[in-house]
Amino acid sequence: MPRFLRAAVLPWLVLGLMAMAMMGVAHAKLAVPESDDPVLEARVLAIAEELRCLVCQNETIAASRADLATDLRKQIRIKLKAGQSKTQIIDFMVERYGDFVLYRPPLKGTTLLLWLGPFLLLALAVVLLAINIRRRRRATQAEGWTPAQAQRARVLLDEGDGNP
Amino acid sequence: MKKAYLVPFVIFAVLLVFLAFGLRLNPHEIPSPLINKPAPAFILPLLDAPDQRLSAQDMRGKVWMLNVWASWCVACRIEHPLLVEFSKTGVVPIYGLNYKDKREDALGWLGKFGNPYTRSLSDSEGLVGIDFGVYGVPETFVIDKQGVIRYKQIGPVTPEVLRDEILPLIRKLSA
Repeated sequence: MPRFLRAAVLPWLVLGLMAMAMMGVAHAKLAVPESDDPVLEARVLAIAEELRCLVCQNETIAASRADLATDLRKQIRIKLKAGQSKTQIIDFMVERYGDFVLYRPPLKGTTLLLWLGPFLLLALAVVLLAINIRRRRRATQAEGWTPAQAQRARVLLDEGDGNP
Repeated sequence: MKKAYLVPFVIFAVLLVFLAFGLRLNPHEIPSPLINKPAPAFILPLLDAPDQRLSAQDMRGKVWMLNVWASWCVACRIEHPLLVEFSKTGVVPIYGLNYKDKREDALGWLGKFGNPYTRSLSDSEGLVGIDFGVYGVPETFVIDKQGVIRYKQIGPVTPEVLRDEILPLIRKLSA
């Protein structure tokens, strides 16, 4: 890069990096705990981590910054303060949002394939592998040499001795 | 094993079927567990008269639509003209659930775009929204005479959905 260009670009680069750093700070501010009781907050997060955010579906309610996730964390906090158990709170969420809200789907009729599918695939792969190995072994056993072939091989090998 | 070369093709075809299915599914349409369950109880102030309240109980005996909306909701503007148009037919009362909104903003929005709602309820904290399992505004529910939720539309109501799903259902429920 020519020197004059570098001189023009560098300040912008520095400015850009600074802006990015500041954005990082602004984001960090959002992650401040929402109440000053660390024990309660830990319990809220423990439950929130079991629940899927419905707006940004690959995040837990604990991790998401969506409005709904904030509201649901607030609900968890209120319910914990009211003395409800973890199971009660999770049931409350499932009643409203369905099994989808659970980050760990329950084992039941409709989710059987989800839970057992990988094991079925593994079993299938093992069976296919076993069949394949057996077939190959049989194929190599069948490949016996005729006396003529063996003779020719010996000749070739002997010839090879002369030429390093 | 002369047909061995077909194996990758078959696997590919199966994969293709799965992918084609996956593409057609909308991950944002989560089946609501509330369908065919009684609508959650609520008592909420009216948007235009905050000193008056309306409860789920008041709605018994009629088929009605509950449309969750907010002035900050961009997608609500897409369905709004359709709702205004539909409300004029008077087939069924549409009640609005004004979700996590400021009253002035909401009233201003209705003044600007028209008001299809028989009444709008203020759910400023979004708590009734949570009870209804709302996660993306707009959402629309059809509730029957017994107060049971019979249908839920996630996202804007389209003319097709209104014509093919909601209207036939309302006719059936009103009969």
